[in-house]
Amino acid sequence: MSGAMQDFATHPTNWLVILPVVLALLGGAVLLMLREAREAQFWLALGIVAVIFVSDIALALRVSETGPVAMTMGRWLPPFGISFVADLTSAVFALAAAGVTLLLLVYLRMDMPDRARRDGVYPLILLLLAGVSGSFLTGDLFNLYVWFEVMLISSFGLMVLGGRNIQLDGTVKYGFLNFLATTFFLAALGLLYGTLGTLNMADIVGRAGLANPAVMTSIAALLLLAFGMKAAAFPVNAWLPASYHAPPAAISALLAGLLTKVGVYALLRALVMLLPASREVLEPVLVLVAIGTLILGPLGAIAETNLRRALGFLVIGGIGATIAGAALGNATGLAGSVTYVLHAMLTISGLYLVAGLLEAISGETDTRRMGGVYAAASLPSLLFFVLMLAVAGVPPFLGFWPKLLLVQGGIEGWGFGRDGWALTLWLAVLANALLTLIAVSRLWAHIFWRPGHEGAATEAPNPDLKPLSPQVRWLGLGSAGVLTLVVLLLGLWPEPLLGFGKDAAAGLLRPANYIVATGLEGAAP
Amino acid sequence: MDHVIAALSGVFLAAAIYLLLSRALIRMLLGLVLLGNAVNLLILVAGRLGRIVPPIALDGANAPSAGAANPLPQALILTAIVIGFAMFAFLLVLAYRTYQSLEADDTDRMRVAEPRGGPKPPMSY
Repeated sequence: MSGAMQDFATHPTNWLVILPVVLALLGGAVLLMLREAREAQFWLALGIVAVIFVSDIALALRVSETGPVAMTMGRWLPPFGISFVADLTSAVFALAAAGVTLLLLVYLRMDMPDRARRDGVYPLILLLLAGVSGSFLTGDLFNLYVWFEVMLISSFGLMVLGGRNIQLDGTVKYGFLNFLATTFFLAALGLLYGTLGTLNMADIVGRAGLANPAVMTSIAALLLLAFGMKAAAFPVNAWLPASYHAPPAAISALLAGLLTKVGVYALLRALVMLLPASREVLEPVLVLVAIGTLILGPLGAIAETNLRRALGFLVIGGIGATIAGAALGNATGLAGSVTYVLHAMLTISGLYLVAGLLEAISGETDTRRMGGVYAAASLPSLLFFVLMLAVAGVPPFLGFWPKLLLVQGGIEGWGFGRDGWALTLWLAVLANALLTLIAVSRLWAHIFWRPGHEGAATEAPNPDLKPLSPQVRWLGLGSAGVLTLVVLLLGLWPEPLLGFGKDAAAGLLRPANYIVATGLEGAAP
Repeated sequence: MDHVIAALSGVFLAAAIYLLLSRALIRMLLGLVLLGNAVNLLILVAGRLGRIVPPIALDGANAPSAGAANPLPQALILTAIVIGFAMFAFLLVLAYRTYQSLEADDTDRMRVAEPRGGPKPPMSY
């Protein structure tokens, strides 16, 4: 047993793995103490998130050069001590999360009610970022549960901040169902621990193959339910359109951009990397879930008249695409899945930010009464145009590349194994792209092209539209513009994105380096 | 002993699901609490019960003596209880505040975010 204790100090550069989480947690605590100094709070929050962003960049660079980096807490060696492990997937996701949060902080300054600032919006955002980064970077399943809860309770706070009736209503549904999902996750953890005697991810990879496959598949199914609920996959998606349009636009952007993606990340990590044999057994379920989510999302968006509710359905459609990659299970499909998560983090947050601007211009949340924005405000229209084509997957915009990989993965699955599931998924991804294009072009026609309200029989400009104030223009358009620019550039120059997808998928499918980095070479199969 | 606790966990789970299917917020909340306890018992059983030697390493030893109880499930449960309690407290306050503001504790009557009989899809341009 003495071998289980670590008698050397962790190499200082490996501290980089927990730096984003530690900084966010400490920052949240400090900001809580500074709640009276509201101006200082903003600048401090901005500074801390900027430092987190920089350390995430350093981590991603290091991981892309040397492979996964790990660090274990305390003196207990893995699998006893709690490990933090960054492989390419987690490092890049954490980087994207920090980047989006940084821009959202700027955007949030544009129209923040003083009341929200008093009630601690900045500490909550930092704690949310801590939860999200922790979920991405942890190498221990129970620790993942804890970060889920950190993320959950801060998102409750953010969603209800302001306390309007619609927010209370949305938070009740969001809160109950998400808490239920994490409880299912906890139950799966208990069963997993009872079966394998370990919760360290690298250790689970080695042991899962030796355990009773029926038990492992039941656990995997429970994990699929829990993470599917968090990710808002069909048929457990009803909470998302009920709640994400309730808080202010910047907060919805933060939640829609990051939280569901953490669910998808956990799903990929658990089913693809930890329990690959069970994923194969569950493949028909995954396929049906993916197809349902892929088709239901854009159909909901087409039927919806509330702008941000329509965007919520587009979030769901994207989740379907990521699950399609997990259902395909080949390297190309998984690369599509991983790149789609990255694309959705950036594009969906951007869409919500622009939706906030559109609501500020028109004073409405209903697309039937928003008409004529194109004539009144050309810059937000331009941003929306780029983002809507990106989300629909029109080349050369960002969303095209993940969908191309998914389609390619479907063809490969069909070509190599005559796998009928792969063919159905291939069709569903194409149908999703078409339906999403219909949904967003309807939004475009209703909000931008139509001169006035629905049914207004006049060509005169909509008199209810008012120009953005200078502050809103600089902060709101600036942050949404930077995000759109990133989406545009990544779409036009997709080489890094595709390379990341290929390497990340390989890392998930063959986690040997991950296990070595954690320090469990001997336990590998 | 394991079987008894496992069965108890199952009873808790059944009661929790029954309560969660209710439309009243308070019942759903109690259902969540019961569910949390069912899962805690599940973790406890998963760590195997029945050993009575406390898991304490003696002076000079690196490991507890043979036959010691498994301390890890207890650590997991403790964490889960603390988190579950925080969530319960938040949701309780949220439910009360919602009851005050919306005058409803019945989820069927809480339709602010998703109004009943909402508008039809936009039919025309």
